[in-house]
Amino acid sequence: MASTEASRSLPKSRRDPEGRALRQDKFSVLLPTYNERENLPLIVWLLVKSFTESVINYEIIIIDDGSPDGTREVAEQLEKIYGSDKILLRPREKKLGLGTAYIHGMKHATGNYIIIMDADLSHHPKFIPEFIRKQKEGNFDIVSGTRYRGNGGVYGWDLKRKIISRGANFITQILLRPGASDLTGSFRLYRKEVLQKLIEKCVSKGYVFQMEMIVRARQLNYTIGEVPISFVDRVYGESKLGGNEIISFLKGLLTLFATT
Amino acid sequence: MTKLAQWLWGLALLGSTWAALTMGPTLGLELPLTCREVLWPLPAYLLVTVGCFALGTVGYRVATFNDCEGAALELQTQIQEARADLARKGLRF
Ligand SMILES: Nc1nc2c(ncn2[C@@H]2O[C@H](COP(=O)(O)OP(=O)(O)O)[C@@H](O)[C@H]2O)c(=O)[nH]1
Ligand SMILES: [Mg+2]
Repeated sequence: MASTEASRSLPKSRRDPEGRALRQDKFSVLLPTYNERENLPLIVWLLVKSFTESVINYEIIIIDDGSPDGTREVAEQLEKIYGSDKILLRPREKKLGLGTAYIHGMKHATGNYIIIMDADLSHHPKFIPEFIRKQKEGNFDIVSGTRYRGNGGVYGWDLKRKIISRGANFITQILLRPGASDLTGSFRLYRKEVLQKLIEKCVSKGYVFQMEMIVRARQLNYTIGEVPISFVDRVYGESKLGGNEIISFLKGLLTLFATT
Repeated sequence: MTKLAQWLWGLALLGSTWAALTMGPTLGLELPLTCREVLWPLPAYLLVTVGCFALGTVGYRVATFNDCEGAALELQTQIQEARADLARKGLRF
């Protein structure tokens, strides 16, 4: 009896014991897409499932860059199915890159937290409730998914790719000491104002952008929590980053090393 | 201070300490001969040790990199579920 009394008299702002999201919290998911016709309905379905099961207030913002495969048309169907308060279409005419897609999407976000993830099913929405729990637990500014810690991992990578990934991660950790174990991953939760500030500060493009976000976050003394995630390589469609990925990674790493 | 500057400072500090100790006699600083014999090749030893540590760490992490078979299987079944449910909701793929 005494314990129920005690918990009843707790201040209203205290989070509940399971660390569930507060009622007034809203999570905006930014989904940049380019040629993701096959993946988009599946990722949206998984997102809706995850959010409804955990009773989380959400919206999904789809930023399609004029994909020639008709991603936009599928997105419009999804908007009809799930309602335009849940699925927001904010397309752009042509492929303008990932970094600006986030900026564009964020302008339309009404949530107080922003979740950034890929639409290619390599990031599973089942981890989002864990991100939220983690955020509440430490009152973090950023929660980053990590493939390199705990139960985190990958699927569909051969030995060569694992060596490159682990090697690149090791060098990055030594040179930048960023305070987070997965710099190149892009499955993260941010406080909205934190993301806004970071995006203003970040200058790099493409792949390096994700790295710079964490490095700047450390500079600005933002706190970062981590949740292990399993990264399942895309099943449908193909990666848009490739070719000179390693070269641009090294360039970006050295730039950050010399300038931050 | 940038990370690059931090590294340069650290290396300069280590380097000059080492140089001062090995060049000891010329600076009037007398170290026993055995000490100097150990000191002289120290940077080379250090380099090899660091290299081995790096290779060992990366090797260990590659070997213990989780293969998420379970996650991949789960995703496959969920994709089937999603397809069926979305088709029921009227989505034309
Ligand atoms: N809007 C938009 N989305 C993009 C662009 N380039 C990539 N994407 C999306 O960003 C996510 C990650 O891209 P992906 O090619 O899978 O990169 P990878 O996972 O690093 O190989 C996917 O959801 C893509 O559809 C772009 O120029 N504009
Ligand atoms: Mg991908």
